[in-house]
Amino acid sequence: MQYPLTYKQFYEGLKQGKVLGLKCRSCGAYTAPPKMCCAECTGSNLEVVELSGRGEIKTFTVIRVPPEGFTAPYIVAMAELEEGPWLLGNLEGVDADQASLDLIGKKVKVGHKVIPPMRYSAGEGVAVTFSLA
Amino acid sequence: MRKVAVAGVGMTKFGLSEKSQVEMFAEAAMEAITTSNLKPKDIQAVFVGNVLGDFEEGQMNIAPFCAAEIGLDPSVPATRVEGACASASVAIREAFIWVASGFYDIVLVGGTERAMAMGTPLATRTFAMGTDSRYEEFAGITFPGAFAMVAHLYSVKYGIPLAKLKERMALVAVKNHKNGAKNPLAQFQKEITVETVLNSPMIADPLQLFDCCPFSDGAAALVLTTEEIAKKLVAKPVYILGIGQGSNGPLCRQKDVTRIRAREAAARQAYKMAGLTPQDIDVCELHDCFTIAEIVASEGLGFFDFGKGSEAVEKGETQIGGRIPINPSGGLKAKGHPIGATGAAQAYEIVKQLRGECGERQVEGAKIGMTDTLGGDLATIVNIIYGI
Ligand SMILES: [Zn+2]
Repeated sequence: MQYPLTYKQFYEGLKQGKVLGLKCRSCGAYTAPPKMCCAECTGSNLEVVELSGRGEIKTFTVIRVPPEGFTAPYIVAMAELEEGPWLLGNLEGVDADQASLDLIGKKVKVGHKVIPPMRYSAGEGVAVTFSLA
Repeated sequence: MRKVAVAGVGMTKFGLSEKSQVEMFAEAAMEAITTSNLKPKDIQAVFVGNVLGDFEEGQMNIAPFCAAEIGLDPSVPATRVEGACASASVAIREAFIWVASGFYDIVLVGGTERAMAMGTPLATRTFAMGTDSRYEEFAGITFPGAFAMVAHLYSVKYGIPLAKLKERMALVAVKNHKNGAKNPLAQFQKEITVETVLNSPMIADPLQLFDCCPFSDGAAALVLTTEEIAKKLVAKPVYILGIGQGSNGPLCRQKDVTRIRAREAAARQAYKMAGLTPQDIDVCELHDCFTIAEIVASEGLGFFDFGKGSEAVEKGETQIGGRIPINPSGGLKAKGHPIGATGAAQAYEIVKQLRGECGERQVEGAKIGMTDTLGGDLATIVNIIYGI
């Protein structure tokens, strides 16, 4: 069975300013980032759609001890999109040392940044970013 | 399905080791075999939990080397099992199934790890390989970072001010260090205070250094066999009454990470197989890789209502002598966390507790014990209930 929307295609969408996802023709739920089947009902009757790219911060952390290849401090957050799915990415434009629980519930807009190939990655990557709306 | 017993257990001291992963495994395995009153030639199969041996020592396919090291016959299949930090518990479940099904009668299972050989940057990078490599790893999320996000969400969801929650989280570390001080195999055998935790460096807000378990070296092993054989071999067999394993996708797909659905599913399986409830558990070794992880695990296993786990710590309900003693060994926090070996070390502690061999840290009269092991970004959970 054909993979409905690969991670490369999702990355290319982000680079063009689009958050691509899947809409389930069976239950109506949205799945993003994409996967083989609907995140809600596991159905495979899916269409590729563009999501609003707007959401709200649900939780976050400030990474102080980074993995090899990253420079701390930086904020990692999870945000819930208007259509329902959650994304994990970097909150940008906020001073990491000023980050507090007040961030939770803040409206954000989804962006992206390109991460060059690193040790043990299958080529270049694209990370989701959030900026305060 | 046949009733499965633990005949013997073995474990190295945890902490920095100059021994190789194979040498550490051999020590733990021979202790398990000899205290089972068996010889290596009696072992019919071996499962070895090991996560990052490739990066730690440049050692792939470690299982056959472990088997050869202790003189197992070339006819014995040796299999490496990887489920991140839950590897050894996944291996125990595999061994359990082979013995329960009747395919093998005597199986050696355990794990070994030498994470300290990597140094913190490479260790942080390789541990983060447990993260979804397409959609989450490029954001630089770390393993402490994942549980840091759990802690922030927990504070907001249950309306517990962060300062209060952090104090209660610190009490988890204080308790586990207090227990670890009584465990001669623990990496840290030193008590700490709430101030030790709250004055330690920030790792991933709000988790500080003493909210986190260490990188560790070590190995642990056990011999599983049938009830019938175990009764002939040893005076105090310990039985596996229930076992369960669950799986979760990437963090973003789990959404509310204060509720780890894979754990709730695994625990349900284990309780159902054992015909027991959380109230029946006398002692528990659970996955306290971070202080907040112990709190959410104590809720996911059903010991406390969701949102009430931190309060229970404050009331002393999880101390030795409390309502449900948690991590009498010192847990991952103080005993140490050689990731591929941790599940087997938890089993080692529970078996010793049920046999009444834990000295100063003994939970008096413990008859039913449980282990809980978590792997990756809350992705793999194994729960095992042991009884005498
Ligand atoms: Zn659906």
